[in-house]
Amino acid sequence: MEKMPHWVDVIVIPLINILLAFIVAGLVVFAIGENPFDMVYYMVKGALGSTNGIGYTLYYTTNYIFTGLAFAVAMHAKLFNIGGEGQAGLGGIGAALVLLAVPWPHWTLALPFAVLGAGLFGAAWAAVPAYLQAKRGSHIVITTIMFNFIAGALAIYLLNGALKKPGQQAAETRHFGEGAHLPTFHEMLSPFGIEFSKSAPANFSFVLALIAAVFVWVLIWRTRLGYELRAFGNSASATAYAGISSVRVTIIAMLISGGLAGLLAINVVMGEAERLILNFVEGAGFMGIAVALMGRNHPFGIILAAFLFGMLNQGGFELMWEMPGISREMVFVIQALIIIFTGALVHMTRDPIERMFIRMSKRSA
Amino acid sequence: MDFLQLILTLDSTVRLSVVLIFACLAGLFSEKSGIVDIGLEGKILISAFVAAAVAFETGSAWVGVLAGCAASLIFSAIHGVASIIYRGDQIISGVALNFLASGLTIVIGHAIYSKGGQTPTLTGNARFTEVTLPFADAVRNVPILGPIYSELISGHTPLVYLAFATVPAVWWLLYRTRFGLRLRAVGENPSSVDTAGISVIGMRFKALIFTGILCGIAGAYLSTAQAAFFGREMSAGRGYIALAALIFSNWRPVHAMGACLLFGLLEAISNLYPKIDIFGMVTIPVQFTQALPYILTVVILAGFIGKASPPRSVGVPYVKEN
Repeated sequence: MEKMPHWVDVIVIPLINILLAFIVAGLVVFAIGENPFDMVYYMVKGALGSTNGIGYTLYYTTNYIFTGLAFAVAMHAKLFNIGGEGQAGLGGIGAALVLLAVPWPHWTLALPFAVLGAGLFGAAWAAVPAYLQAKRGSHIVITTIMFNFIAGALAIYLLNGALKKPGQQAAETRHFGEGAHLPTFHEMLSPFGIEFSKSAPANFSFVLALIAAVFVWVLIWRTRLGYELRAFGNSASATAYAGISSVRVTIIAMLISGGLAGLLAINVVMGEAERLILNFVEGAGFMGIAVALMGRNHPFGIILAAFLFGMLNQGGFELMWEMPGISREMVFVIQALIIIFTGALVHMTRDPIERMFIRMSKRSA
Repeated sequence: MDFLQLILTLDSTVRLSVVLIFACLAGLFSEKSGIVDIGLEGKILISAFVAAAVAFETGSAWVGVLAGCAASLIFSAIHGVASIIYRGDQIISGVALNFLASGLTIVIGHAIYSKGGQTPTLTGNARFTEVTLPFADAVRNVPILGPIYSELISGHTPLVYLAFATVPAVWWLLYRTRFGLRLRAVGENPSSVDTAGISVIGMRFKALIFTGILCGIAGAYLSTAQAAFFGREMSAGRGYIALAALIFSNWRPVHAMGACLLFGLLEAISNLYPKIDIFGMVTIPVQFTQALPYILTVVILAGFIGKASPPRSVGVPYVKEN
């Protein structure tokens, strides 16, 4: 059977889908009586127009890289991990416990332990649904959704009780202390003479996210485990005949996935808030699904998609000031439409284009 | 806890379980036909908003319900086109529609009312008022039965009675009609239905129409009966609790009502009694009561109590043989 060229599949079709999403979003903006072109202008300006904007964009990008990678690793084994939200939340608790336990002298010392804490807690939260899927056959989509809600309740309970800073109203822990402060882009770039906004929250975690992306690439395409994961994702029965344990693959894939989602906490909890707060994940776990979809579960694609979604998120905040008629939640609408066109309706654009290419190649042959 | 307190707790349970019952039955139709619907939450939300806005503009709560159903049906149609015609991933489509609802409700609400996504408060006929059943006042002082009739059974909005009437109707439709038999067959073994000359696509779309209408009523109840306005993220995870109730009930309508009442009771308890002391020894935190529906569902799914047996072809797009 003939196929269309690879570049069409990975570049042209995603671009068409994004364009369709923006056209529909533009119609919504038009319908509420605003100018869609102004909106795009202000969003891009807000996201990239200053080092402050870029700093925020990269901060959100970091979150989406972690959750996108998390979703992708599980997806390579055909496991639909919709629980990134809860796993990231647990990662926050893990990171906070590590950072509160010891008065850390320097971030280089604190970071490895915080990564361990966040990763382990995130992985542990994914472990139960993974075990139930592998051993008891309970559907992972439903169990991970349930675990998101249980994680939310657990966080509220802990932040109003054991972890709450004594003598205050807000449900948050005490500050982690100066020794746990991750360098921001301002601090990282000023030795090189580059002026970067002081107030932007982008921090060293961005580098960590890029390292995680390389790690995932190596894992999936250059290791035996990655091969097993992909083989299991393609045909669970074939891998069973090859002697690969489905229980082992399912649990390991979910542990890595949950661990990666947990690392989001390094960026938000350790890097930005420097204390554990409520609801710090802010939907980034769900957004990881869209990021992985657009990035076609490839780390490089995920970085690009995460940047696009980071721009959207930051641009949406900027929109509040420039066009008060459009609510910030317009970003959700655009993101939802991107998921619909690149995910749910992918055959709608892909199939006709594929047929067109096959017809063209036949004619030229 | 004295008797009257018990009655009041149960009364609150009934009110809170109505959204769950409608949404859970909506999910039942969809899943019985073989379509997973993670998007119940989004349909409830969009309907709650549209119902409140239209009820406010027209001054009629019933017109609001119809408009809410229409909005929910549009969402159902998108889900149907994506998952039935284009065989897209049903989970992804559901997740996207939930996002779309949380975005659209606030964007449109903000554009019309400029109140951060909230609609104005509904008054008069724009909201549902409580119906007092005959003799409710006369029998109030009869011991035991009096309060049960006048507090628990009487004094609800019409949609509450509609919810409890819908349960047997759905049971009858699914298990005693030809349509119901075909619907269940299409979720278990679509190719056999196809062989019998019945359109799988047609049956699944019909199921999604019921899903859309029932989710529409659920959302409208939230904003025009339980409350008298629409507020941002008003559905607050009830679509997911309804999904949990559906699993808990093992995809059976009457059991679904039971599960919704149980989860409604848990919500009522967490509202009325935030801290429960057991003999002064252990205090159950309110968060535990709130998380209990999800915990129970995981336990059921794990198969330690009972066994979950979903429709066999749920979530699998149907590809017709050539």
